[in-house]
Amino acid sequence: MNIIITIAITAFLVLYAGLFKARKALLPLTLTGLLVALGFVAYSWNNPTTYYTMMRVDNFALAFSALSILGTFFIFLLTDRYFAEGSDNVAEYFTLILFALTGIMMMVSYQNMSMLFIGVEIMSVSLYILAGIRKLNFASNEASLKYFLMGAFSTGFLLFGITLVYGATGSFDLTVIQQYLVNNVHSVSPLFYPGVILIMIGLCFKVGAAPFHFWVPDVYEGSPTLIMTFMSTIVKTAGFAAFLRLFAGAFEPLHDFWAPALVVIVVVTLCVGNITALFQKNFKRMLAYSSISHAGYLLFSLVVLTVNSASNVLVYATAYTFASIIAFGVLILVKQKTGSDQIDSFNGLGKRNPLAAIVLTVAMLSLAGIPLTAGFVGKYLMFLNVMEDYQTILVIIAILNALIGFYYYFKVIVAVWFIDGQDIVLNPSFLYKIVLILSAIVTLLLGVYPSLILNLI
Amino acid sequence: MELLILIFLPLVGALITAAIAKQNASKTIALAFSILTLAATISVLCKFTPDASMQFVVNYPWIQQLGINFHAGIDGISIITIILTNILVPLIVLSTFKHVYKNANAFYALILFMQSGLLLVFTALDGFLFYIGWEAALIPIYFICAMWGGKDRIKINMKFFVYTIAGSLFMLLGIIYLYLQNPANNFDINAFYALNLDSHQQGWVFWAFFIAFAIKMPIFPFHTWQPDTYTAAPAPGTMLLSGIMLKMGIYGVIRWLLPVVPQGVQDWAYLAMILSIIGIIYASVIAFTQKDAKRLVAYSSIAHVGLIAAGIFASYSLGSGGIQGLQGVMVQMLSHGINVVGLFFVLDIISSRLHTNKIEELGGLAKVAPQLAITFLIIVLGTVALPGTNGFIGEFLLLFSVYNYNAWMGAIAGLTIILGAVYMFRMYQKVMLGTTNDLTITFTDIKGTEKIVLYTICVLIIVMGVYPKAVLQLSEASVQHLLEQVNQKLTGLN
Repeated sequence: MNIIITIAITAFLVLYAGLFKARKALLPLTLTGLLVALGFVAYSWNNPTTYYTMMRVDNFALAFSALSILGTFFIFLLTDRYFAEGSDNVAEYFTLILFALTGIMMMVSYQNMSMLFIGVEIMSVSLYILAGIRKLNFASNEASLKYFLMGAFSTGFLLFGITLVYGATGSFDLTVIQQYLVNNVHSVSPLFYPGVILIMIGLCFKVGAAPFHFWVPDVYEGSPTLIMTFMSTIVKTAGFAAFLRLFAGAFEPLHDFWAPALVVIVVVTLCVGNITALFQKNFKRMLAYSSISHAGYLLFSLVVLTVNSASNVLVYATAYTFASIIAFGVLILVKQKTGSDQIDSFNGLGKRNPLAAIVLTVAMLSLAGIPLTAGFVGKYLMFLNVMEDYQTILVIIAILNALIGFYYYFKVIVAVWFIDGQDIVLNPSFLYKIVLILSAIVTLLLGVYPSLILNLI
Repeated sequence: MELLILIFLPLVGALITAAIAKQNASKTIALAFSILTLAATISVLCKFTPDASMQFVVNYPWIQQLGINFHAGIDGISIITIILTNILVPLIVLSTFKHVYKNANAFYALILFMQSGLLLVFTALDGFLFYIGWEAALIPIYFICAMWGGKDRIKINMKFFVYTIAGSLFMLLGIIYLYLQNPANNFDINAFYALNLDSHQQGWVFWAFFIAFAIKMPIFPFHTWQPDTYTAAPAPGTMLLSGIMLKMGIYGVIRWLLPVVPQGVQDWAYLAMILSIIGIIYASVIAFTQKDAKRLVAYSSIAHVGLIAAGIFASYSLGSGGIQGLQGVMVQMLSHGINVVGLFFVLDIISSRLHTNKIEELGGLAKVAPQLAITFLIIVLGTVALPGTNGFIGEFLLLFSVYNYNAWMGAIAGLTIILGAVYMFRMYQKVMLGTTNDLTITFTDIKGTEKIVLYTICVLIIVMGVYPKAVLQLSEASVQHLLEQVNQKLTGLN
């Protein structure tokens, strides 16, 4: 609870600092707030608390909170020199990201479905605005509108599902719902089934799983890169944490019912995401489609539920988050110099900018899932998870998709190292260098010694 | 401890090389580290006792939660591949001394990094570790070939990369499957050996592994990446690929396929034999028609590897009588590696001076470069397996076991060896003999580091040809032990 309060208070302080034109104070203030929140996470570790049956802050919630806060911290560091001198809505940017983070904290620790809904809404409303924060930019407006319409639509599904489940069980509380299912295995109310499916659809919208993914590429492409980074990493992770709490927790007794539907979603998501990413020439769009495919791999953890499902998602999400932060960080730098976010604009980057090129290569190798990077450990855990149930066909589909993935991630590596291009020189600021190097170190460290976060939860 | 030094010394060298961005310094450092590794190998070799046991074993927990250990060791089979790797890498590094590569520090760092990966493959006793080494050797060679390669390098190497990694992902699937079957929940190779899978399961695991190994070697019809990749790669890349990397596939079959799924191998050995034999014929015929000498050697390599693969499966099917065949595989791995590196180096010397490897544009080089002529001749003789050279004993043992398995197959394989001699000599004749033309008259003879490399290779060819026992006795006990292990498991099943 103190984590949520800290972040919310920070958000308000930042807003007021913006009001008084204290622009220099914004970043330090935000970072301090996030550090305090991280401190609270560390303080509450191994010390689960429950707040009036509404929220349950256990190690699961804390681990995902820590990842989200840390990721957001890095993204805030990337705001250095991101805004042009004199742009006036920086404080709003910061505040809205912090508000979204508050919602995310609720999504990872809810114990009651009403809190899930509130968390999702707090996060989504902030993101609707953030997507369209460039008022005069046509694409940004389109992104915002699209995101809002689709988001509102999906929230409708989610809410309808919650209502049906409430109708069947008479409660929003996850433990009560689970108890209901355990007690009435053979006589579950017919209302419950459509409820589960509708909630699944609603959450699939949020995490961008096919066939509910149509908003993803357009919204990601139209939004400011910084916001896209936040959406495709932190928001997605939060969506999966929410997914897990509900489906690996409360709905677990009904696994046989909803797992087949999920398998279909996984297969469609993997294929759509990867095959479409293959044809993208725009780096942002490629990463958008690749993020869809990563959602597919992450859903593996729900196809076969084991004691390690949550931990596997944490590892995968950590790998994915840090690799994406590198990719977007380098994209921001390149775009500042060339004004383009096509893959071509990375041509010849390796010649003059070894640091950016090397970290970007590490990120791409990790996203592709090459051994000795964190991404491989994540994929390996997912494959292992599904193999334990001998769903060999599913794993073979995943392997074929991983191969497609190699192809398009390596397109970036090829552009960076092997193709000659314009001789641009990026001058990453000190903070950028820190973010890029730290993320690369985390990626390699977790790839070589994943025991650090395995079985954390 | 020695083993850890052996595996990680090149990696340390790679990091140091990468950090120092000077053309000559990185060359020297890379050479120094590869020679240090060779020295470490020699000290290991001195302490090595040629019996069937695993020696220098290290076993540390690595990722305990997933049952993954850093478990590695050396036996008579590993030691051959380790010697091969650590003799060839210094020679390959030395062979580049006349070239100037841009970003030389990255180039040499990648070579050393790859060496670590290869050594990991050849010593790993943990399935997961084996897989890690397998990929750790692939990534650097991809970068070497795609960054410093020739025409169409990007497209060709993407094909190479996707091809090989497709195979290795299926192998990973097989490894995970074995892990799940293992009640001890780890990747230990001895636990894998002890598994009792039925023949249906063994068949699937066989294919999961076999495809990865077949792509790496390559065996027909998984070879289509190979000629283009060899041709487009920079000379040291070609040498690494053909000299050492394809031995990963052969080693994998011997270490991970035969003893783990003997029943699966038994069921599919005939098909694997047929594929290998087809590969020998096919590659020989195509090699015959090649106009580019580098491509010719690439195809001849497919033919040679086909014979090695056929020899493995033949000697496996012969039971304990197959020891000669597997011993032949051991010797031939070493010989083929040394010879093919020699061949590619000679072609590199020619193309770096004359900018062509087209056979018909060359001729009469022996007149202007007598030293090159004699060393090249010795290497060609080794390749065509003339008695007294290193190629002879290996091919003899291999053909012998293929013949024992099936006389027809033996006859076909034997005929293609003759064909091999014909096209190799024809190439030698057209390139080295005859009259010089306007281009080749400008050729200068080998000198300096080129001499060192080629003479070393020639000495190795002759010494191994005259006294192959030195190699044979290293691996004999381990090979015998392996075949006994396989037979025990097979009879236990039946």
